[in-house]
Amino acid sequence: MPAASTIVNVVVSGVLTGIVYGLMALGLSAIFGVVRLVNFAHGELMTLAMYGAVVAFQKLALDPFLSMAGVALVFGALGYALQRGFINRFVHRPEHAQMLLMLALAIIVGNVLLLAFGPDARNVQTSYQLDSFELGPLLVDKVRVYAAAAALVTTALLGAFFRLTLTGKAIRACADNPLGARVAGLPVAHLYAVTFGIGAATVAVAGCATVQLIDVTPGLGPAYTLLAFVIVIVGGLGSMLGALLGGLLIGLSEALAGLLISPSAKSMVSFGLLAAILLVWPRGLMGGRR
Amino acid sequence: MSESGAAPELAGVPVARRGLGGDRRRRLIMLAVVAVASLGLPLLGTNYLLTAATLALYLAYVGQAWNVMMGFAGQLSLGHSLYVGLGAYLAAGIFVHAGVGPWASVWLAAVACGAVGAFVGLLAFRLRIAGVQLSLLTIAFAELARIGFDHIDALGGPGGLFLPVADRNHLDLLAFRGPPALYYYGMLALAAGALALCALLLRSRAGYYWRAIREDEAAAEAVGINTFRWKMFAVVLSSAMTGVAGTFFAFYNNSLFPEQIFGFERSVEILVGPVVGGLGTLFGPIVGAVTLVVLGDGTTELLTRAGIDLPGVRQGIHGVLLLLVTIYLPDGIWPPLARALGFEARRI
Repeated sequence: MPAASTIVNVVVSGVLTGIVYGLMALGLSAIFGVVRLVNFAHGELMTLAMYGAVVAFQKLALDPFLSMAGVALVFGALGYALQRGFINRFVHRPEHAQMLLMLALAIIVGNVLLLAFGPDARNVQTSYQLDSFELGPLLVDKVRVYAAAAALVTTALLGAFFRLTLTGKAIRACADNPLGARVAGLPVAHLYAVTFGIGAATVAVAGCATVQLIDVTPGLGPAYTLLAFVIVIVGGLGSMLGALLGGLLIGLSEALAGLLISPSAKSMVSFGLLAAILLVWPRGLMGGRR
Repeated sequence: MSESGAAPELAGVPVARRGLGGDRRRRLIMLAVVAVASLGLPLLGTNYLLTAATLALYLAYVGQAWNVMMGFAGQLSLGHSLYVGLGAYLAAGIFVHAGVGPWASVWLAAVACGAVGAFVGLLAFRLRIAGVQLSLLTIAFAELARIGFDHIDALGGPGGLFLPVADRNHLDLLAFRGPPALYYYGMLALAAGALALCALLLRSRAGYYWRAIREDEAAAEAVGINTFRWKMFAVVLSSAMTGVAGTFFAFYNNSLFPEQIFGFERSVEILVGPVVGGLGTLFGPIVGAVTLVVLGDGTTELLTRAGIDLPGVRQGIHGVLLLLVTIYLPDGIWPPLARALGFEARRI
């Protein structure tokens, strides 16, 4: 059994990672909850954002925590355009056709990244990368704290957007009852596109926040897609609070499993958690509504 | 029932007509041409052509197996690499440790993969896990296997399991080692067998029930079909067939790595062919596999010969094909192609 201080350190770091995981999954959950689209390219969007941060750092010497706003804006616009000009045409296709469509996009993005950047891992090195905050016996990586803070701010902004703005309320109306929203005259195509743009922007923030924690390779996409899906299924597909809870749970259990069992047991535990949740609680923690 | 033509008409699938119509003659001629061409290929082909053809047949076979589950019964699996890997590791492990060749272990692989498929199906269908959740469950099991096999030292762990290298000039039928033509004919037999089996199944009770479930599960259940049982049959058959392909893969490839064989890319590779060729059709998986190999591996080979090494081109082409077909040909390449060739739409 490791020392108590080690466990506390791991728990704190797991919670911080979990917050970023939650943000990543939030985008997926919002897209699913509103557009009813199973975004199999979510992990590729994340990887693309990580490369965006790498390029911004190498070409413009921008810190990932600064470039994240720009990358998120670009992703938001791209996401809006992608949904408006392309995916909207397929929202009435059968579910499996949509999944295959997004899978095709994922394969293309992953392999274009491979063509553009090669198979080698890239990373960003900042001056504070190896520093940590000391709080008594607690030793927390600065990067992890900043990443979690960025994720929390983004989550809060998102929450405010959905609660306080008219567009946000309209999107929630759309999620509750697409037909009713259409009947009431809401511009559903536009709202779907806004939602996809928001989903892409949040995953871009998550990507920029993660780029200093993990070296990026073109093949990272499927693992992140899977992770995001595990999180939203654990939390409840379509529930935003569920995505955050799921992210925390997965981040924490991964960290603890890495410490108590073995580092390679990390993903084993999250898949185990997925199986357990599907068996006991098929709708996830917060998925009671549907 | 399957032979009498009195099969129930379900989900708008018409009963096949009997008799030697023009359509049937055309089909027989086409089949004969394809059969003669594929039997004679090793005589005129170079080794490269033979390798490409073997790959196409492998993809056609696993595509056919995957198509049973998704194309016929409508259950989307994104984790079929699980069964390829299990079948491969089982047969290779037995060969490496006990010296027993694939003729015995392939049955074991089929049974074991069928059992694992039954387990996944039991979990999913008893708990009414469907759609996205089912697809993710299948990925999760493949990933669990990938991580699990990394820890089995007797099977080489992450460092890989290697079969003793075969003497390519010496034909050893018992151990399934020999020249490339051996593997080509082996895979040809498997692909032809799978085609015949699927043709039979599609005209049998199972085929009609599966398509009824695929089109509308609640309606199928309402007319008295035991949807659980028939979905289980589809999953078990599909996984057992895929396990056989795994055994072939082990003896053809001679090296196995959990990272590769259980990888998500391999599951995707299995499904792109039948989707591109035509979901739920008999010849779709074959047409799709040939398309993938000609465009994907053909382009890669041309680039390599031109001295250009671009990683990701092959998979990228698969992705583009999948995208184009999903957008413009939702039924796949084969149905419109078959109509153009003059076959009746209902019998493809």
